[in-house]
Amino acid sequence: MKIGFIKYILIFFLSFHSINLYSAGKADLVEQKWPFDGFFGRFDQSSLQRGFQVYREVCAGCHGIRLVSFRDLAALGYTNDDIKSIASEYEIEDGPNDEGEMFTRFAKPSDKFVGPYRNKNEARASNNGSYPPDLSLIVKARAGGADYLYNLLNGYKEVPENFRLNDGMYYNTIYPGKQIAMPQPIYDDMVEYEDNTPASQDQIIRDVTSFLAWTAEPELDERKSIGVRVLLFLFLLTLMLYAVKRKIWRDVE
Amino acid sequence: MQVKSNNYTGVKKWVDERLPVFSFVEDNLTNYPTPKNLSYFWNFGSLAGITLVIMIVTGILLAMQYTANSDLAFDSVERIMRDVNNGWLLRYLHMNGAHMFFIVVYIHIFRGLYYGSYKSPREILWMLGVTILLLMMATAFMGYVLPWGQMSFWGATVITNLFSAFPIIGESIVTFLWGGFSVDNPTLSRFFVLHYLLPFAIVGVVVLHIVALHMHGSNNPLGIDVKSDGDTIPFHPYYTVKDYYGLGVFLIFYLGLVFFAPNFLGHPDNYIPADPLVTPAHIVPEWYFLPFYAILRAVPDKLMGVLLMFSAVAVLFILPWLDTHKVRSSQFRPYYKQFFWLFFVNCFVLGWVGAMPAEGIYVTISRIATAYYFIFFLVIMPLLSKFEKGRVLPSSIASSVLSDKFESAPDQSFAK
Repeated sequence: MKIGFIKYILIFFLSFHSINLYSAGKADLVEQKWPFDGFFGRFDQSSLQRGFQVYREVCAGCHGIRLVSFRDLAALGYTNDDIKSIASEYEIEDGPNDEGEMFTRFAKPSDKFVGPYRNKNEARASNNGSYPPDLSLIVKARAGGADYLYNLLNGYKEVPENFRLNDGMYYNTIYPGKQIAMPQPIYDDMVEYEDNTPASQDQIIRDVTSFLAWTAEPELDERKSIGVRVLLFLFLLTLMLYAVKRKIWRDVE
Repeated sequence: MQVKSNNYTGVKKWVDERLPVFSFVEDNLTNYPTPKNLSYFWNFGSLAGITLVIMIVTGILLAMQYTANSDLAFDSVERIMRDVNNGWLLRYLHMNGAHMFFIVVYIHIFRGLYYGSYKSPREILWMLGVTILLLMMATAFMGYVLPWGQMSFWGATVITNLFSAFPIIGESIVTFLWGGFSVDNPTLSRFFVLHYLLPFAIVGVVVLHIVALHMHGSNNPLGIDVKSDGDTIPFHPYYTVKDYYGLGVFLIFYLGLVFFAPNFLGHPDNYIPADPLVTPAHIVPEWYFLPFYAILRAVPDKLMGVLLMFSAVAVLFILPWLDTHKVRSSQFRPYYKQFFWLFFVNCFVLGWVGAMPAEGIYVTISRIATAYYFIFFLVIMPLLSKFEKGRVLPSSIASSVLSDKFESAPDQSFAK
């Protein structure tokens, strides 16, 4: 009875295939293998760097990552000088200065990424009334996580004949309602990778999805490496406690 | 408390005569006589207590960094996740701790139901437990609002709106709860204050729960009273070590979630900042409320639904007087046992339909399941109390343990 119970709980836990309870039933997502999956999965730094390049060259025109600081890029393998020079490509408003005036200055590593629009209204006005969401948490904020984003970006297909597409919308098999306001953003060879990786559409999508998985869960590497050690310790401790329990209870009838 | 002469000497004696810390620990923890046949299902009480402590400690630390303002709350949580040292760990411990707390407490409650732990003389002990459950639900609900994501906001809107179902005063109650005319900054701020306050109320009721428990001691799988010293063993070291072992297993599950699937049990929409202008496609409460949510939606009438949902918890309060059968443990009640397991499965069915959209076949299923939920308590329990013949009970815990060993088969003869 007891062993049976524990077995069922184990099966219950091991059968967690998807990342989320509420993503069950999203069968139309083609599951992908990610380097950051599983107990020992970690982010692939070179993929994150490529994904960051894609973000800057493709996504950043419409989408911000407002929760990410420039200094966080150290996790991607950039040096302090790299980060300083990346930050200095952005301008932010600061102030007031001693004269009481607001002024613009180049961003510093401690600043957060500056989005493309000043506010939601400007974002909507520039995008046909649609609001391009901030991408900092997008992977955690969608059922299916990284798989959802990967499938979405690959989900642009020919419009079926009897499908009524609204003005300014694009056909996407993954997006709820199958119409999305974002035109297909990613094609083969639309970026030239600094590390000369062949930039196929699939590769670009994979890299930018990895990058956005990182912006959503920057703590993942640290979390999993602590986690493995914690669980190992707990397994040993629990085994020992079990042995002690058996020993103490030996004389009870 | 009566003054007892103790066998201590020196400083220990001096202190204990003035403040009985040592004899208190001895009476209630070390020497405390406990039935020797408790199964692992009796681990969940102490696990619930430990989880409560973990929740309070992580919660206080989080509160030092959290900002209860509708413009800042979401970002302050993300700041904890990104910039506060080990903030992600604290938050994930707290978030998953809430899930684990409910898992542990629900197992604890089902164990009580199965082994008749609510029966005389433990009625008040049981009612205090139901009070703890109610307080936990209120605390968890308000805690879920604090990150001010989409589900926080819309969950709060849906649940507080339930009170508007009451005639005449309904609307005023809702305005009073909100502190305004919609879920907004005043709502968030009062929910934060109450979310911080209620756990200490829970601690108070837990103390009463333990005091009530120690009046008659734990029930046990046989459900029969302790008759002699041969039936019991001292709590320490036997149950302390068993609880430690149980804690180890519990932590493997809990920390496994925290470190490897921290968002598994949460809703992805709560990582979208609250937006009063955009309603999520499906507003779903956290899993531990789903069975009650299903009962709420099973009835077409809003007021009836609300009343039924509250009754689903309220009925637990009068449980000791619905089931008056003399035999406590289901092991000796063949019919009750079957209805119990049906009830157990039924709770999962309710949870499942609670997560589904309220349409088509799901409505029918939720109605049947809701009906059984109440029939089990209000019809089956009283009827079985009257008509079910229990099996012959063992004469004592000690004799049962021995007969199990030498004879194996339990007595099959029936008697009331």
